[in-house]
Amino acid sequence: MREKILAIIEKNSRIDLADLAALLGESEAAVANEIADMEKENIICGYHTMINWDKTSDEKVTALIEVKVTPQRGMGFEKLAERIYQYSEVNSMYLMSGAYDFTVILEGKTMREVAQFVSEKLATMNYVLSTATHFILKKYKDHGTVMCEKPEDERMLITP
Amino acid sequence: MRNPLSDTIVTIPPSGIRKFFDIVSEMKDAISLGVGEPDFDTPWHIRDEGIYSLEKGRTFYTSNTGLKELKMEICRYLKRRFDVSYDYSTEVLVTVGGSEAIDIALRAMLNPGDEVLIPQPSYVSYTPCTILAGGVPVIIELEEKDRFRLTKEKLLEKITPKTKVLILPFPNNPTGSIMEPGDLAEIAKVVEERDLFIISDEIYSELTYSGDHCTIAVFPGMKERTVLINGFSKSYAMTGWRLGYACAPEMILTQMLKIHQFAILCAPTTSQYAAVEALRNGDPDVNHMREAYDQRRKFLVKALRDMGLECYEPQGAFYVFPNIKRFHMTSEEFALKLLEEERVAVVPGTAFGDCGEGYLRLSYAYSLEDLKRALERIERFIKRLDGKE
Repeated sequence: MREKILAIIEKNSRIDLADLAALLGESEAAVANEIADMEKENIICGYHTMINWDKTSDEKVTALIEVKVTPQRGMGFEKLAERIYQYSEVNSMYLMSGAYDFTVILEGKTMREVAQFVSEKLATMNYVLSTATHFILKKYKDHGTVMCEKPEDERMLITP
Repeated sequence: MRNPLSDTIVTIPPSGIRKFFDIVSEMKDAISLGVGEPDFDTPWHIRDEGIYSLEKGRTFYTSNTGLKELKMEICRYLKRRFDVSYDYSTEVLVTVGGSEAIDIALRAMLNPGDEVLIPQPSYVSYTPCTILAGGVPVIIELEEKDRFRLTKEKLLEKITPKTKVLILPFPNNPTGSIMEPGDLAEIAKVVEERDLFIISDEIYSELTYSGDHCTIAVFPGMKERTVLINGFSKSYAMTGWRLGYACAPEMILTQMLKIHQFAILCAPTTSQYAAVEALRNGDPDVNHMREAYDQRRKFLVKALRDMGLECYEPQGAFYVFPNIKRFHMTSEEFALKLLEEERVAVVPGTAFGDCGEGYLRLSYAYSLEDLKRALERIERFIKRLDGKE
């Protein structure tokens, strides 16, 4: 049942408990318990809202930064990562295979703010070898959702 | 001027669905649970293959029976999913939707006066296609108490010396009923004993919710007597591509092919290329859609029962078929009143045969939001009928 709950609320975290239970053919209490357990176990880590900021008056800049590091003795990737992700400017962070080590996604108000963070905070850490910053120009799709108007149902109203 | 028309076609009534469609399409603000096609778009990788085939200039006819690659994939698929083996070069014909296959199978098999057993409620084309092929439709009325399955008893009742073909429309539109292996074994025995042939319309075979679909063609002696019909519309959400197929013994298929080659020439080429991709890489999409339908099915059945509509639990396709007999209205009266008063379009059960009287077909090929919106209105309507408001 867990995976099924997750698959549904990953797309719609605001679904009514009653609807969710009916879709799964389970009782509301059982579903509520399962969700509570998953929250405790940190399987469900939050319920965020997907916002198309481009449509608001709020200015936001998002950057994706490739970071190469030298792991230090007694300090694996986890510790290094922590020193980076603790910054509130960091929106997401991933450990990567391949040409570089971390992907860091930053959100700032202006390009200058992001640049400042990279040059003053990130690049100056003594185990950071190099950074490459890419600014995101437009977000087309996020979390499996396309960020444009929903298409109308174009089917005929009655078909055999 | 002489009458330009054929008496046969003039006497066939237009589809009952068509009539309702005309009423509904006049209403701007109606919301519908009336469609018989998926709400999903065709998965992108399949559409992309279609587009790619156009870019490559694959815009010519294919062979009459269809692309070799596609026929081979169809055979692999039928073996993999339903454990039935066909020879791609002699036993498979790619058609313009499952509906063409129904038509040409009947035309290839019937002589004037041959009787065709048609279980109802069922899809709208079996009866007219039988008549057009010179056959005589004989209706078997399925009942809710049998979970709308075809029983041996009901079959035996209607067999006469003239009976030649039995249509097997399962998983069923509009009832959502299925036939399990045990049910089919009984039917197979009768078919063998009475020397009948089967046209098995399995277009909803990927949409079953209590175990995998079983085809009658796997039973001993049945493949030789069966035209198996399937297609891409429901399983891969490809209704508009108009692509289906028939698998049958070479003797029958050869004659079907003649009708197909003169009337159609070949199924649409772009659709055939897209379908190859669907069969090769479409399993995850099918699983995803089946899961979504299953959830909505549970949701809808519970919601209808909660509001006091008796509702048999469907195990296949994407329809529920609630019983409205307690309201003492005909299906059509009920559907029209619901449409007028609450602007919700559903299909009267009688569109699928007289024995659909007392039932409605509701489709759950809709998003949860759409279903909820419609259910709210239906509930209000029923409360009013029950005098609770």
